[in-house]
Amino acid sequence: MESDQRGTMTASTQRAETKTALEVDALVKRFGDLTAVDNVSLKVRAGECLGLLGPNGAGKSTLIRAMVGRVIQDSGQVMVMGKAAGSTEARMALGWVPQELSIYPRISCRENLGSFGRYYGLKGQALKEAVAWCLNWAALEEKQNDVAKTLSGGMKRRLNMAAGMMHRPKVVLFDEPTVGVDPQSRNRIFEMIEALRDAGTAIVYTTHYMEEAERLCDRIAIIDHGRIIAEGTKEELVEKTFGTCSQVLARFAGDRDAIEKWAKRHGGRVTAETAEFTIEQAGEIAPLLEAATKAGLELLDLSLRRPNLESVFLHLTGRELRD
Amino acid sequence: MIWNVARTALIALKRDRGAMVLSFVLPLAFFSIFAVIFGKANNSTPTVKLIVVDQDQSHASQELVKGLTSESSLVVMTRPVAEKNTPPPADYTAATAEAAVKAGDAPVALIIPQGFGQHPIAFGPDAGGSTLELLNDQSDTIAPQIVVGLLQKAAMTSMPSSMADEGLKYADSYVGGFTPAQKTKVDGELEALRKLEADGKAGSGSSGSGSDSAGAGIVQVKERAVVGEDKKSPMISFYAAAIGVMFLMFTASGSAGALLDEAESGTLERVLSTRVTMTKLLAGKLVFNTLLAFVQLVAMFLWGWAVFKLDFFSHLAGFAVMGICTAFAVAAFGMLLASACQTRAQLGALSTLVILIMSSVGGSMFPRFLMPESMQKAGLLTINAWAIDGFTKVFWRDLPVTALWPQVSVLLGIGVVLFVVARRIARRWQYA
Repeated sequence: MESDQRGTMTASTQRAETKTALEVDALVKRFGDLTAVDNVSLKVRAGECLGLLGPNGAGKSTLIRAMVGRVIQDSGQVMVMGKAAGSTEARMALGWVPQELSIYPRISCRENLGSFGRYYGLKGQALKEAVAWCLNWAALEEKQNDVAKTLSGGMKRRLNMAAGMMHRPKVVLFDEPTVGVDPQSRNRIFEMIEALRDAGTAIVYTTHYMEEAERLCDRIAIIDHGRIIAEGTKEELVEKTFGTCSQVLARFAGDRDAIEKWAKRHGGRVTAETAEFTIEQAGEIAPLLEAATKAGLELLDLSLRRPNLESVFLHLTGRELRD
Repeated sequence: MIWNVARTALIALKRDRGAMVLSFVLPLAFFSIFAVIFGKANNSTPTVKLIVVDQDQSHASQELVKGLTSESSLVVMTRPVAEKNTPPPADYTAATAEAAVKAGDAPVALIIPQGFGQHPIAFGPDAGGSTLELLNDQSDTIAPQIVVGLLQKAAMTSMPSSMADEGLKYADSYVGGFTPAQKTKVDGELEALRKLEADGKAGSGSSGSGSDSAGAGIVQVKERAVVGEDKKSPMISFYAAAIGVMFLMFTASGSAGALLDEAESGTLERVLSTRVTMTKLLAGKLVFNTLLAFVQLVAMFLWGWAVFKLDFFSHLAGFAVMGICTAFAVAAFGMLLASACQTRAQLGALSTLVILIMSSVGGSMFPRFLMPESMQKAGLLTINAWAIDGFTKVFWRDLPVTALWPQVSVLLGIGVVLFVVARRIARRWQYA
């Protein structure tokens, strides 16, 4: 009976009991008149992956840099494993994988890892072991003596990630780690991140790819204009945003402007050649199609779906994630 | 279409400030520097410092010194320059004058021996006149020539009574002797001439037009090199240092430019997220650039030893001291340039401009003793001048390491100041 109770413990209850690894509390950062981060509060627990989604210029990078301790905030605070971001303890507990390839291009993979390991204070056997672990984690053992700039795009990305893992941090920030990576390498990167998460590392993951967020992230925070406008699991976000509504996707032949005007008149919008409507009941579909026929639009195909993360993002920000 | 291509190139040039600077500012700067050094606006004859030791203190020797002093191309020193709040130093002696030339205080010293006044000039090499001694530093090949020329001129124009006296002695000897009446008349005329000299009415002794020839040598001069007399390859050490420092500066600024690459790629920010602080990061790069510059100097001097017979291995201690100090100053200079620039292109333009100007004023392109006094003083604001002076002391003057303290102090001071300024400027990379 008791074991049954433990077995039915919800995932959210488990998370609540896990220690907070990263905490952002009422953080504000202004650049002149621009408020890049506006009263943001977040928590990431050990073994949890938080997806940070937002359009370009939403404040993601500033927020990430504040977590690294590279930003002097106007107010609020960022704590990494209970220590103020930027302190030596926080630096040692945090790994950062920047979006740019922040490695030394003219030296080998092994030398790159060795350099970053030393920057984190590793030496001797500990350094050797860390290099070996990172090479293995990033599947770069065979390329360990290759000069970084000669690696393929995916390998460079993996080396970029491995360089942030040398000190085996408890919190890792991944800033769009799959930019410009082919699908095969991307899959490899997902596996690397999943391995970290399963080992209890707290992860913050920013991306422009919704499918990455859906696959990797336990929770998602959507940031726009410097504010967190929604936060929760994928299901929670969909539920909060759309309730029990569904989405009707309809493709029409004909003039795009006419389709857009018609869709707007009926509370929908057109994205990627498809008119999109949110409905509460299936009975709303027939009147919609009737109106389309009356407007002279020729229906090509029609589908009904449960709203997804992309729908949530679009609904909340008015922009697609890749804009 | 051709115009469109040209127009695009023009737009690109307007956007590229570095290229604009290199295209217009650098040539103008160089033109101005060379015009100041060699242009007609200045006296084409460089000013030469001349130490004079008058052991004779006769009328003739004093007139000769007076004549030399009035030459605008010479700065005649009979005693060391007095320092503030100290009693005036004693006049130079033959020994202290030689030491001063060895120390580089002046390139030439003239010793007027005792007895000069009795037979100051001679018409011909075997005429038995007094011989002046000219001590020189072989690193300056021009100064002794200027001094010898002006010495002959001064002898001819400043000592008319000596000239007449000597001429009459010849006449007396060759014509079989003057009669007592003639003798009295001659003595009277000579006395009158000496009086005119004393009144300053005879013997111009002025610099005149500067076109007078030194003549065939009515004053006999024996030159003796007191510095560099046993050197196998004169000037090699000078050029090794001069060219070495200039290229060290280019290498240092290029190497420090890695900082800009790292800033651009995000590597710098990432490194700063580790345990490495900005001060440690810059200090690490300074150490590397210093070592790189020092190794470059070693390579250059070894090449000088192997190919040009530079006496490298007997000056190792001095070389090590000067090499490290120079490398440190140059590395800090590179760090400052890199931290002050936003991009590699900016760094390229700025470093080319600054290094070439410093090298020309500081003596890397041509020796500073060829420059006007003001330009020589301006050169002291450059790393090149202090480094070259130090290496010259070591390899040319064979001075001990302790004699390098002015150069060592200045170069280390420059290095520290430039590094502190670079660190301050680098704060822009530190936090947002």
